[in-house]
Amino acid sequence: MADTSTNGPMMAADGTPLKQSLARALRRQKRRALLLTAPLLLFVLVSFIMPIGSMLMRSIQNTAGTDYIPDIIPNVVVALEDWDPQSGDLPSEAAFKAMAIDFKAAFKNKQHTQLGRRFNYETPGMSSLFRKSGRAISRLKIEEITDFKAEMLDVDKDWGKIEYWATIKANSGYYTGSYYMAAFDAERTIEGVQMKDPDQRIYQKLMIRTLWLSALITFCTLVIGYPVAWLLADLPLRTSNLLMILVLLPFWTSLLVRTSAWKILLQEQGVINDIWIALGFTERLSLINNQLGVVIAMTHILLPFMILPLYSVMKTIPPSYLRAAKSLGATNTTAFLRVYFPQTTPGIGAGALLVFILAVGYFITPELVGGADGTFISNRIYFQFSTLGNWGLAAALGTIMLVIVLLLYYVYDKLVGIDNVKLG
Amino acid sequence: MAQTSSKDAFVEFERVQKSYDGETLVVKDLNLTMPKGEFLTMLGPSGSGKTTCLMMLAGFETATHGEIKLDGKPINNIPPHKRGIGMVFQNYALFPHMTVAENLAFPLEVRKLGKSEREAKVKRALDMVQMGAFGGRRPAQLSGGQQQRIALARALVFEPELVLMDEPLGALDKQLREHMQFEITRIAHNLGITTVYVTHDQTEALTMSDRVAVFNDGRIQQLAPPDELYEAPQNSFVAQFIGENNTLEGVVQEIRDGFAVVRLDSGEVIDCKPVNVSKAGERTLVSIRPERVEIDKSRLHPDAHTLKAEVLEFIYMGDIFRTRLKVAGRDDFIIKTRNAPDQRRLQPGEMIDIGWLANDCRALDA
Repeated sequence: MADTSTNGPMMAADGTPLKQSLARALRRQKRRALLLTAPLLLFVLVSFIMPIGSMLMRSIQNTAGTDYIPDIIPNVVVALEDWDPQSGDLPSEAAFKAMAIDFKAAFKNKQHTQLGRRFNYETPGMSSLFRKSGRAISRLKIEEITDFKAEMLDVDKDWGKIEYWATIKANSGYYTGSYYMAAFDAERTIEGVQMKDPDQRIYQKLMIRTLWLSALITFCTLVIGYPVAWLLADLPLRTSNLLMILVLLPFWTSLLVRTSAWKILLQEQGVINDIWIALGFTERLSLINNQLGVVIAMTHILLPFMILPLYSVMKTIPPSYLRAAKSLGATNTTAFLRVYFPQTTPGIGAGALLVFILAVGYFITPELVGGADGTFISNRIYFQFSTLGNWGLAAALGTIMLVIVLLLYYVYDKLVGIDNVKLG
Repeated sequence: MAQTSSKDAFVEFERVQKSYDGETLVVKDLNLTMPKGEFLTMLGPSGSGKTTCLMMLAGFETATHGEIKLDGKPINNIPPHKRGIGMVFQNYALFPHMTVAENLAFPLEVRKLGKSEREAKVKRALDMVQMGAFGGRRPAQLSGGQQQRIALARALVFEPELVLMDEPLGALDKQLREHMQFEITRIAHNLGITTVYVTHDQTEALTMSDRVAVFNDGRIQQLAPPDELYEAPQNSFVAQFIGENNTLEGVVQEIRDGFAVVRLDSGEVIDCKPVNVSKAGERTLVSIRPERVEIDKSRLHPDAHTLKAEVLEFIYMGDIFRTRLKVAGRDDFIIKTRNAPDQRRLQPGEMIDIGWLANDCRALDA
């Protein structure tokens, strides 16, 4: 031990170095703390970290069904190694032979349709090719065939499409970037990976819409929630308790019920429209099944998440600050803007962060009231895995959203400082 | 020009009443006149209405009835920010998100002063409270005493003629408090500003003020300079609230030559100065300060009445001796004697005779 002090290291009463005894004592404490939190850590690990890890993996694993593609078509993978799709020629005879062999094996294992569906995500038409070719190829006698190319084209002429073979070659590894390619609205053509036509870039559009609407909702909750939080913090206890119950009431109601209630209120023949007509207007408003509906319903649903952090911060600001400002000559407006408001920014930060992140991942409300142009990326993710079974693309989209949120969090930390965020 | 007010009145409360709930009055019929440059303390127990009075003067509460005038002009309808009154709050209320210098510049900024003028005034105010080097700090980085100085500087930086202080030293420890009491009075007198100071600490009130208004139950019980307040309390509340005090209950037997003879409930007879008793037969609360009780019979008037007392407890306090006696059936009678070489140190169990000058013993309302 290099100790520069002249007296040597400090000793504890029993003669062991003080640092050592301290470390031992602290270690014991830490072990106990860890033991206490172990159930939570385990829960987080099983229910949060592992699913996220598995999602990240799924977004790059190249599988059809449960098996990796190179394990299903090993011969094709080898045979296509030297083929260059950009040459404009079909793959070699060996590749066709390999395909016939691997396809037969896949048919036996009932994997050929899964394989077809997997390729179909990228190149439409391949699913039906694989399905239709199934029985015909399984009946081929490999030993007796001399011209596999001709035989395969005879089974289905689509086996002569270069882009199909290009897709197969591009997906011959254990890991693939195809899902991310799709998630970024790119597509594979014979010339290589290219962005889709601007009007077909649906994920980009959805992501921008999700972020923009979430930001708008966050802003609306702030504008509506700030005065309410202020009232809560400022009113006498009895009144503020009543108001608090009103704020929390929606919290205690099922999300589905609240969303359905908005549907009833906002629909074309709904309460608000009826009042509108009764007031003498002739045209009914379309308040639901569009972005407006999503913003209205989600602002209401997420409002408590803005009010509560704001309230808890405002509660800690003594009224004497405002009085002091006024006694120093500030008008009500100046006192609010220069003294009160700056002290509530930690609450605004916390509330905004909470509402925005919740909004970005919201699913049920946009699904029910979003209509065609009000759906979020989460609805698309759900559609991908529930309807199309495309877990890879769903995982890739989910990962991208996660990265975007983390990135925003990072920027937020740089701009506002996460230490300045206060939940109470 | 309004001629209704007296010539040197700077702050005036005229028949001011305040009620929060419409059922009870927190301030009852308050009348108070302060000349310019005076340091007046509002002293009283909590709930006595003193802080309410201060808040009405500052403009944060409105008077339910009556008029408050500042420099001859009624200010009931002037909002706080236009009154130009400096105020020091109990918890200092320094803005935590601003530096010390920004805090001090705030009242100057809202008055739209130029930058150089602002800086000069902030510097002068900081120097005045000997905090010149702390302009760049945040309030949270200062000690309680330093925050107190900054709060004072901020209340004075825009040169108000009237400064209100709401228990400004309540959060400080004893030593610092005593030092700040001196600082505040020094600055207030140097600048010649009028000060209204609210406290429930009677020592603070006595040491700092030109005059003290003792509040109880929404009324001013007595408004007088500190010495008068201590030595000549006008009623039993003031007598008991200010300083230590022995009280004995009895009935006035006769009033003669400006002195009263009171027969205590336990039978003894004592000499008193009648303060708010006027005739024989009235019940009275007799008040006598512990340090005015004489235990040396030779120093009393030969005809003076004396009381038998039993020593219960002798407490050595350094500069003084504090002795608890059983007198006239009460065992909480306190006397204070100076620690001098020839001073008697009474022993518990000892029986002594005590007496006093009739002038020091005040017969007050029962």
